[in-house]
Amino acid sequence: MSTARIRLPASIKKGDIVEVKTLVTHTMESGQRRDAQNNVIPRKILNKFACTYNGKEVFKADLAAAISANPYLAFFITATESGTLDFVWTDDDGSTIKESAKITVA
Amino acid sequence: MTGRFWMLGAASAVSAAAIIAACTTGPTPMIPLPADGSAGSFKSDPVTQFERAGKKSGFLFATPETQTMQKDDFDNPAFLLVDQGEAMWVKAEGENGKSCGSCHGAVANLRGVGNTYPKVSKDTGKLFTLEHQINYCRTERMKAPALPYTSANMFALETLVMYQSRGLPMNVSNEGAARPFFEEGDKLYHTRRGQLNVACIHCHENNSGNYIRADLLSEGRSNGFPLYRLKWAGVGSFDRRMEECYGQVRAEPEPFGSEELAKLQLYVNWRANGLLVETPAVRR
Repeated sequence: MSTARIRLPASIKKGDIVEVKTLVTHTMESGQRRDAQNNVIPRKILNKFACTYNGKEVFKADLAAAISANPYLAFFITATESGTLDFVWTDDDGSTIKESAKITVA
Repeated sequence: MTGRFWMLGAASAVSAAAIIAACTTGPTPMIPLPADGSAGSFKSDPVTQFERAGKKSGFLFATPETQTMQKDDFDNPAFLLVDQGEAMWVKAEGENGKSCGSCHGAVANLRGVGNTYPKVSKDTGKLFTLEHQINYCRTERMKAPALPYTSANMFALETLVMYQSRGLPMNVSNEGAARPFFEEGDKLYHTRRGQLNVACIHCHENNSGNYIRADLLSEGRSNGFPLYRLKWAGVGSFDRRMEECYGQVRAEPEPFGSEELAKLQLYVNWRANGLLVETPAVRR
């Protein structure tokens, strides 16, 4: 049950530096924990994040095991034109979580 | 990581000035206060949203970082579960082909309902927590399977319903049919238990505001449940917190959804009467 939330400011003017906030549901199992039977709980994390703005990549990050569950990532972009921001998170097993947000630039 | 080691970095006592600074900075009061004035005369004062009727909410015992997470509905990770609850609200389940919304309409219609639980069910005469009521609706009205009291699905629905009452004062009745259950809950709260042989009052009444090892003890007011606990990196109900409380005094925990925990929840929620509902709260 993975959902992602994106937040952008309400009103954006061309040339503004805009903070994009993202929050995604994921257990981010570090691989360091043990269960009640003392077996290692295997590592399962989101290890990559990328954001494209009208098709052009504007931000990417490699995430490691130290990032806690439900990763919150916020970053800044320069608003140039209206369009779509696409976000993709990649899991260790190759699966992805995708989310999009419309950005309206006055 | 999370958990009890949080507090070691901020070991000094939380000063009143720091609390006030954390509560009054930021654009709007954290809890949306009801327009009908039922929140009393504290409308314009963010600090006293959390201290009312001589009681202090657990918010005031949290670090400024934790308070910041609760103040913003985007940063608050519990809202991911509220989204899940909203999806469940409209999903038809069970033989009768109904969803919660089929009978209740919009979930916002349940504002003012969650803050009165636990209460005695008119249909069965038993003491119902909100979770018992949800399962009663599911098994009797929707003919759908009951949700386990430990499941994320149950927490999602419970959080969604309690969230509708955010900003309203807790208003649990201890009169009438609830009285005998309340008195048993009162006894439970004052009963010594576990290997450490202490009762709830020893931490939450006699020592609130003091430190136990590295943890700052709150008054144990349950106005924020279900809440996001950094230690769990997830949302949990009152029963989940009780499992920890019992464990911390090295007592055998009660199963989630049990009658004993329902009576205890009645008493503890009554102790929070007057404080505003903060669900979903964020605590350490």
